Amino acid sequence: MRKKTATPRLKEGLAEMLKGGVIMDVVNPQQAIIAEKAGAVAVMALERVPSDIRKDGGVARMSDPKMIRGIQKAVTIPVMAKVRIGHFVEAQILEALEIDYIDESEVLTPADEEFHVDKSKFRVPFVCGATNLGEASRRIAEGAAMIRTKGEAGTGNVVEAVRHIRTINAEIAQLQKMSPAAAKKYAKAIRTPLTLVQKIRKLGRLPVVNFAAGGVATPADAALLMQLGCDGVFVGSGIFKSKNPEKMARAIVEATMNFRDAKIIARVSEGLGEAMRGLEIATLETKLAKRGW
Amino acid sequence: MAKKIGILAIHGDVAEHAAILRKLKLDSVEVRTKKDFKNLDGLILPGGESTTISKLAERFGLIAEIKKFAKSRKPILGTCAGLILLAKIGLLDAKVERNAYGRQLDSFEADLKIPIISKGPISVAFIRAPKILSTGKVVEVLAKFEKVPVLIRQKNILAASFHPEILGTTSIHKFIFLNAK
Repeated sequence: MRKKTATPRLKEGLAEMLKGGVIMDVVNPQQAIIAEKAGAVAVMALERVPSDIRKDGGVARMSDPKMIRGIQKAVTIPVMAKVRIGHFVEAQILEALEIDYIDESEVLTPADEEFHVDKSKFRVPFVCGATNLGEASRRIAEGAAMIRTKGEAGTGNVVEAVRHIRTINAEIAQLQKMSPAAAKKYAKAIRTPLTLVQKIRKLGRLPVVNFAAGGVATPADAALLMQLGCDGVFVGSGIFKSKNPEKMARAIVEATMNFRDAKIIARVSEGLGEAMRGLEIATLETKLAKRGW
Repeated sequence: MAKKIGILAIHGDVAEHAAILRKLKLDSVEVRTKKDFKNLDGLILPGGESTTISKLAERFGLIAEIKKFAKSRKPILGTCAGLILLAKIGLLDAKVERNAYGRQLDSFEADLKIPIISKGPISVAFIRAPKILSTGKVVEVLAKFEKVPVLIRQKNILAASFHPEILGTTSIHKFIFLNAK
């Protein structure tokens, strides 16, 4: 009997199983357990949440494998972890740890200013950030099995994530209006194989799962991005930098599940305590979304 | 009128199941609240994270509705996390272990032979799949892979440790909801 592993459909398929769910950043096994109990569909294991990376400065790298292993042992939901853009050896390490998904992330300091990781070479699936359709397409062409908006991580400000999903939606709508000849020209302009552009044109959406990320701080933020067409939500600093992480985690999960039901979103938003303190985008010294291309 | 099949839409691969139903000209409805169970001809418990699905189904009072629906003898299909949920809430007399086939690196595609459902082999995907460890007397084993049961039936309930929907296979849905080969 035929048996095949690490196929593109299996990589995309795991992301499809996460749709409609919330993936939470966690920095230790205790937080991972809180996330799983709240109903997270996966956790992102990292040493510092983005708001701390922003505050601390310096070079941000892949997390300590020991810390990642600790989180893998603590929960049964999928565990993801981040590598620097272009750092394929960090990716090899995460594959050796049997991580379930690798995030090639702008939240860490890029290791290569010319090349992203050749993701098709790996057996573990990758998720990558994007701010527009060209970026998303190039990442998919490199082998990403899942896309997320970049947003602006660690700010608790949803405005950039909204901008990115709106941009991707608008560009797909434009592509669908193009003649086949114009689509061919567009594929060239965004440096993407024509077959992929034709596929997006036909589907009217990205051919892989597309989550929201970067700046989600409340249940309403999560539902907003879901209503704008995202398939699910990553929450970084928004949970464990809030006053009551257990309650906030649960509320964001329930709002994401019921993203069209304002009555439920209202109910779960009650008495959550303070959300994380947000940052105005214009005041930022470093815009993480500008990393990668 | 086309039959209307509900898909439990707490989270997971709801759209992939809906796409298979469309191919079979069946209508689909997303099920999130008690009201959504009305007038359904069948129910799908899709793939996803079983811990998340069972917690939220409990919080929103949907477990009792699923049990009630099962009693109506209308067909229910559970895939992967759906299988786990069915066993957990006592609708399937089977012992199921989560993620027993391993992590994502161990996920695999396979071709199964299931004569009662299809003449040719059926392509399916096992993604961080649960393993059926044992089954009770009322449970029929319809398919095995590497000697382990992977598709089981208990009266109106059909449950698989794999995903037929991920590779576009229609024959499992056709069998349970249209009673056809």
